[in-house]
Amino acid sequence: MNFDFSDDQKQLRDEARRFLAEKCPPKAVRAVIDGKAPYDRDLWKGLADMGFLGVAIPEAFGGSGAGHLELCVIAEEMGRALAPVPFSSTVYLAAEALLLAGSDAQKQKWLPAIAQGHAIGTLALFEGTGNPSPKAIKLTASNGVLNGTKKPVADGAIADFAIVAARTGSTGRDSDIALFLVDLTSEGVEAKALTSIDPSRNQAEITFTNVKAELLGAANEGWSILSQVLDRAAVLIGFEQVGGSDRALEMGRDYALDRIAFGRQIGSFQAIKHMLADMYVSATLARSNCYYGAWALSTNAAELPEAAASARISATQAFQHCSKNNIQVHGGMGFTWEFDCHLYYRRSNALAVGLGSLSHWEDQLIERMRQKNAA
Amino acid sequence: MNFDDTPQEAEFRAVARQWIAANAPKELEAELTKPNAKRANEKRDAMLDVSKAWQKKKADAGWACLHWPKDYGGRGATPIERVIWQQEEGVYDKLSRPFAIGQGMCGPTVMAYATEEQKRQYLPPLASGEKVWCQLFSEPAGGSDVAGLRTRAEKDGDDWIINGQKIWTSGAHYSDYGILITRTDPNVPKHKGLTMFFLDMKSDGVEVKPIKQANGMQEFNEVFFTNVRIPDSQRLGAVGDGWNVSLTTLMNERMSIGARVHTGFPELFDYCSNLMLEDGLAIDDSNVRSKLAGWAVKNSGLTYTSYRSISALSKGERPGPENSIGKLVSGMMMQDIAMFAADLQGASGALVGGDAEAGGEFQATILSSPSMRIAGGTDEILRNIIAERVLGLPGDIRVDKDVPFNKVPTKGR
Repeated sequence: MNFDFSDDQKQLRDEARRFLAEKCPPKAVRAVIDGKAPYDRDLWKGLADMGFLGVAIPEAFGGSGAGHLELCVIAEEMGRALAPVPFSSTVYLAAEALLLAGSDAQKQKWLPAIAQGHAIGTLALFEGTGNPSPKAIKLTASNGVLNGTKKPVADGAIADFAIVAARTGSTGRDSDIALFLVDLTSEGVEAKALTSIDPSRNQAEITFTNVKAELLGAANEGWSILSQVLDRAAVLIGFEQVGGSDRALEMGRDYALDRIAFGRQIGSFQAIKHMLADMYVSATLARSNCYYGAWALSTNAAELPEAAASARISATQAFQHCSKNNIQVHGGMGFTWEFDCHLYYRRSNALAVGLGSLSHWEDQLIERMRQKNAA
Repeated sequence: MNFDDTPQEAEFRAVARQWIAANAPKELEAELTKPNAKRANEKRDAMLDVSKAWQKKKADAGWACLHWPKDYGGRGATPIERVIWQQEEGVYDKLSRPFAIGQGMCGPTVMAYATEEQKRQYLPPLASGEKVWCQLFSEPAGGSDVAGLRTRAEKDGDDWIINGQKIWTSGAHYSDYGILITRTDPNVPKHKGLTMFFLDMKSDGVEVKPIKQANGMQEFNEVFFTNVRIPDSQRLGAVGDGWNVSLTTLMNERMSIGARVHTGFPELFDYCSNLMLEDGLAIDDSNVRSKLAGWAVKNSGLTYTSYRSISALSKGERPGPENSIGKLVSGMMMQDIAMFAADLQGASGALVGGDAEAGGEFQATILSSPSMRIAGGTDEILRNIIAERVLGLPGDIRVDKDVPFNKVPTKGR
């Protein structure tokens, strides 16, 4: 059994960590939070130069073709550093959708641009409150013309293109949904930035008024493609959550060692120790579930839907658990703007719902386990 | 990243699998698969005979205590081979429970501290299950605080005279030998005045009294020592070095890596998949689904965590600290899952045994599971261990540190 990343992949993780420690300190995250820029452009260019944006994109389309395990270790570091860039929208969602369903021409147009850092992409799925479901999609596509509104769209106000989920029929079947590729500079597209619980990442509302768009994949397979994209992103965002969990746990541990109260390190009190031990348990379970997701993702295994849901649930729980208790360990200082605890707390709460709510994924997991048992 | 055996591992697995298929007591498989399977509990228990027969059969074929040297009754196997054996042995591993403490904790201590002659005399029958050993550590005044123990050992010529009491001793009533930690010097701080011995449980002055547990079973004992004589040749380690010797024992706690982690989740999932409630199948209820999903990811998380440790062993590396979470997570899960299952049964959830739904398995677990959160380190001690050894947090301030043991405040001794 070799249920671990290879030495080369671990080396890549170390390289990414060193790079992000230098280029993405908390100061850089705060610059975006303070509204100085919608995302960190220098960091984005640096990520392209390092080859991180195209790590899972084949060489034929301008990437390095290393693979998804390599992308997982980079994702972990992006989460640990709270990188204020449109990495997940572009790389996990838009690029994955193109790789799964794009025509050769679509791939040639967008994937090299992604790898070089010249194009930001996103997925426009949600239309207000609710979870991923064919029923929730009202935006219409008629003869390749889109009309409707998507909200929230992660990185929607800074993206160059979007994969848009649209309704093409009303039979009530999944085949009513198709995916379209839209150049967001097209006429009739209007993006409006929204305020987010995590201002280090952009959110937007995008209105489409008679926008001409091209199909991505077969018209009747939109929902099926979308489900696969969401599963793949669930694993990758799971790694971001694992990286964030570990960092929040380390911050709590370090503060517990540093802070003296009642004449002793607060880390010597069992109330604090047990809280940190429980955070370690959550983070460990999440990491192990994500490793399994990484295996399923990288081998395109039949187990991917179940593995992705497990990774999603476990990592969401762990990051929220670790980030909220990191504040608790810090006490009042943890609730100040000055300390970085809230940056992780914000990110954990944004990531927790970004692909649909926890209860949605819980439902998905049990349904998928049930189908497997029935088979 | 893959789940494949190396060629050598695959070959070892095939040999193990073939031997188990040809030799395991298959008539017991159904019983052993139950979460609350019958277990050897009495000296003349038929299950103890079955356990001993299986262990002896394994030992004769070289499948007992795999990682021990051949001279001491083992196989000289690598850590990963031991894991593969545990995976292949599956439910039959439950038959080895009467020997778990002896082989997992007493044996390694004897191996580290006894003379060569003693090792050749005592270890092979321990490996083969012909002789059962118990571990006499905990006392009424020293549970989590083991070093607070009070059983006295006083030198008398070439012998030591033992007086005192141990408690929570699993299997003492059917054990042939035990390792015993005693206080030989009460005038020094508590960790410094301890000494370890092994003794014949049939020695004069040893009295074993079973403890009736909260679930009605009797698996633990109190053991009383009244002027018990132990020759100095049966001392393990130096006089006053018993604490260090005991750490050897505790660090050798049976490696759970590779053994099946039992959480109760697969049983609950099956139960909910078939249970009809007023509005349909339990598994279609969103509240049930949410609960199941929460436990599902803990269950899978523990499984994959053990895979990570196994992978390290396979590469010849030391596993990381990740496996330390296993008992903490699974103990709580067993209890919570059993309570949830009983709750799904409504008022019938209060019935036990043959009167209960689903054979009363969930109720039996409700009653037995508190012990899983206490035995072998309480949940709280396990959290301390994670906090201190994994996260590097400081130990608690100990008011009895550096104080002579006989000056430490107590409720009376």
